[in-house]
Amino acid sequence: MVNLILLSFLATLFFIITAWRLVTYLQILALQGVLLFAAAFFSLSSMHTANLAFILLETVVVKTVAIPFFVGYILKRNNITREAEPLVPVFISLVLMVSSVILIFFLSYASGFSIFDNLFFVVSLATVFTGLYIIMTRRKIITHMMGYLVIENGVFILSLAVGNEMPMMVNMGILLDVFASVLTLGIFLNKIGDVFKDGDVTQLRRLKD
Amino acid sequence: MYSIFFITSFLIGGALLFNRNNILKVFLLLSFVILQGSFALFVIRNTGSSYGYLTADHLAVIFIVVLFIISSLSIYHSAAYLKWQQKNEREHNFYYAAMVILVAALNCAYCANHIAITWMFVEITTIAASFLIYYRRTELTLEATWKYIFVCTISITFVFIGILFLGIAMKHAGLTDMSYTSLMANAYLLNPFWTKMAFIFIFTGFTAKAALFPMYTAGIDAKDKAPSPAGAIFASGLMNVGFCGIYRTYGIIRLTDSAAWANSVLLFSATISIFLASVYIMKVANYKRMLAYSSIEHMGLVMLGLAMGGAGVFAAIFHLLVHSFIKPALFYQTGIAYRVFGSKMIEETGGYFRQSVAGSLVFILGYFCVTAVPPSGLFISEFMIFREMYLGGYLWLMAIIMMLLTVIIWALGRNIFRLVFTAPPNVKFESLERPSPFESLSQLALILFVMFMGVFPPEPILDYIRAAAAIVSSR
Repeated sequence: MVNLILLSFLATLFFIITAWRLVTYLQILALQGVLLFAAAFFSLSSMHTANLAFILLETVVVKTVAIPFFVGYILKRNNITREAEPLVPVFISLVLMVSSVILIFFLSYASGFSIFDNLFFVVSLATVFTGLYIIMTRRKIITHMMGYLVIENGVFILSLAVGNEMPMMVNMGILLDVFASVLTLGIFLNKIGDVFKDGDVTQLRRLKD
Repeated sequence: MYSIFFITSFLIGGALLFNRNNILKVFLLLSFVILQGSFALFVIRNTGSSYGYLTADHLAVIFIVVLFIISSLSIYHSAAYLKWQQKNEREHNFYYAAMVILVAALNCAYCANHIAITWMFVEITTIAASFLIYYRRTELTLEATWKYIFVCTISITFVFIGILFLGIAMKHAGLTDMSYTSLMANAYLLNPFWTKMAFIFIFTGFTAKAALFPMYTAGIDAKDKAPSPAGAIFASGLMNVGFCGIYRTYGIIRLTDSAAWANSVLLFSATISIFLASVYIMKVANYKRMLAYSSIEHMGLVMLGLAMGGAGVFAAIFHLLVHSFIKPALFYQTGIAYRVFGSKMIEETGGYFRQSVAGSLVFILGYFCVTAVPPSGLFISEFMIFREMYLGGYLWLMAIIMMLLTVIIWALGRNIFRLVFTAPPNVKFESLERPSPFESLSQLALILFVMFMGVFPPEPILDYIRAAAAIVSSR
């Protein structure tokens, strides 16, 4: 059952890499939240009930509802265009994605452990790779943030692999989620505020060498 | 004492945030300095004592004392900086509160004896540091803050992925205790594949703080855009915390069969870092960015020493200790020069000798110290690192690195001597401020200490460095 969920999670990555509209990204992120909920529910069998309830709450409430809603709000408020504007053609992205998944599968055989752990490993590493790829090939800051959210989902899957033995790890992953959301949220709320009122002192060049 | 220190520091940070009274602010900052001083004294007298997840081993004690000195000076220099910026009260409060919390979190991160606790406190340093970078609230600082937060969050995520891989390795070995001592004792049980994956991810993640090759970009913008007193902490305390994370993880993998592989990872990252530093330092347009790139070069040398092992580890920690004194001195003086000229661009400044003799002395002596010219303590450590490389048979690498260092020495010298002696055509020196020589006194003291470390390094300090180096070079 868990393997099935993980494989469908892998399929959503192919969707997100081919998606054109930002709203599609949000819908896929919400779907991933639901899938993570299911994966956590089936794999964390030996965990304390209260802790489990907390984790499930986090995946559903934060990942599926709050974050997509908030990002959608930012999109509307800042009048961001609806296309993702990838720098690389979708076809090439797909080819890269497929080859990277195959490569990760081969890499996982080098570990010499059971297929159960390996699937967690493969899916999470593929997710992290997808997130980094989205960050590298999209132009907007908001898409960078979505790429980061994809990376976080990958980390969550990996934390499930050790969740039964070390429940602290899963909680730390949630801490990371909350931390990153608060930071990015803070930046976006601040940016709209008092920045553009005062002029810069010496240089108006952008930061680079 | 540990809990008293950390709880009181966070309380002081919170109080600074909401305080409206100037005298109370001075009192709070003073009490923080005293608190930190007594904490430093406490860990010196009780080296090796632990409280829960915190243990002040020799490495932590060295870094805590360094941070105490640098942060006290930074708080002192901040007063002049903030007066010049003339922001409103609320932004000053944010600045001081962020600095206090950053320093407290750094102290915790040095002491942490559990890899997850280190990770958590490094997370807190990211938040506090981003407030410091955003202090001036311009578009450029916003850009720098955004980049810093983004790169640091990704690298913190990488560290977490590494910790999870370590968790998988421990699960197969039947271990559950993630403290460094337990991991080092049971390192031989860990599966090599997952340990390698863990090391590469943890290393990549901590390079953002340590200013090394894959993730170095965040630190450059941060040191450039943050106020220079904060930049001084970034160039010493924050780099040390990155080193701490890498060093302790390296201490685990060194005891497994993957030790040679880990060394080659360190060597690769170090060489690329020094190469990048030498490339960028040639075309850099701004003094603070120049100093930031010089930090990358020094961290690369430290990693070379760590990879060489043996006496190289001692040299690495010695190098880091001395670098943590000389780089803040230059950052403080750059802040004063920025205030005098109203610019930190290399093109628009020069002739600093007319404005401030003491400040020029800091720049010139600081230049000689930072490029490891003999009276400087860095000379000893660089000499030891190169000797270890020679003995280890890395002659080609040594030759390449020496050439790159020559480029860096030349580029630094060209820019610093230009700042001190060459007056640009359209600067009216009569209208510029003449900073008081007392402001440069602290930097001269730091430089004097660096030279002292080069000539007569005190035996107690060396004992501490030896004990800290023993963490990864014993057995």
